[in-house]
Amino acid sequence: MGITTIVFFILSAIAVMSAIMMVVSKSPVHSVLWLIAVFFTISGHYILMNAQFLAIVNIIVYAGAIMVLFLFVVMLMNLNVESEPMKNYRIQLAGVVAGGSLMLVLLSALMKTDKLMVQLKDGDVGLIRQLGRVLFNDYLIPFELSSVLFLSAMIGAVVISKRDK
Amino acid sequence: MLFSIGIIGVLIRRNAIILFMCIELMLNSVNLLLVAFSKMHANGVAHANPSLASDAQVFVFFIMVVAAAEVSVGLAIIVMMYRNIHSVDINFLNRLKN
Repeated sequence: MGITTIVFFILSAIAVMSAIMMVVSKSPVHSVLWLIAVFFTISGHYILMNAQFLAIVNIIVYAGAIMVLFLFVVMLMNLNVESEPMKNYRIQLAGVVAGGSLMLVLLSALMKTDKLMVQLKDGDVGLIRQLGRVLFNDYLIPFELSSVLFLSAMIGAVVISKRDK
Repeated sequence: MLFSIGIIGVLIRRNAIILFMCIELMLNSVNLLLVAFSKMHANGVAHANPSLASDAQVFVFFIMVVAAAEVSVGLAIIVMMYRNIHSVDINFLNRLKN
């Protein structure tokens, strides 16, 4: 049990617990906050695997931008516990059972794979230098296409939210 | 190793715009799995071709890009829907069937 193993298990426990809390919490604002906690723990996992670029991007994009957008929308709609629509218990139970069986299937499939150890803390795969080289050599066209995608998404969002003027 | 988080992300489909957050959670779990697998096989691959090992992380980057675009459009749709029907209940959308 090295220190990284202990950190890994602590981070995983926090992530799983916050994900569960995110689902079961009644108020949407609490849900958003728990989701931010999940994102931070996932960033911690990235750092643990020495994927520094992805860790930083994860914090900036998800915890910074997307979650602020979610919080903004939730507060704009003034959602709270009373207005929260809940499905009835039978449907909830069915959802939990379906998710649990999917989890069992995935776990049993993954148990059969050969156990390789994740390369922790070393290797230059996740560093910005390596990633940038790959991104701008092999993936240049998808990179440029993603900028067009962003432009169209931005225009689409503006058009949709402006339509009933 | 890491899949329990991803599975919890999949386990979750219930409320209203919480659905969107669950989609985000699922995307993130997949990202985490991609990074973990890339690091798992990095030892074998990196000697043959160093740039090949980074492919998974570039994929994760593109997944984040697409997720950001998707969230902006989806939230715009939700805001419009809320403006029209003053609710975020997805059961209301059953009315679209007729």
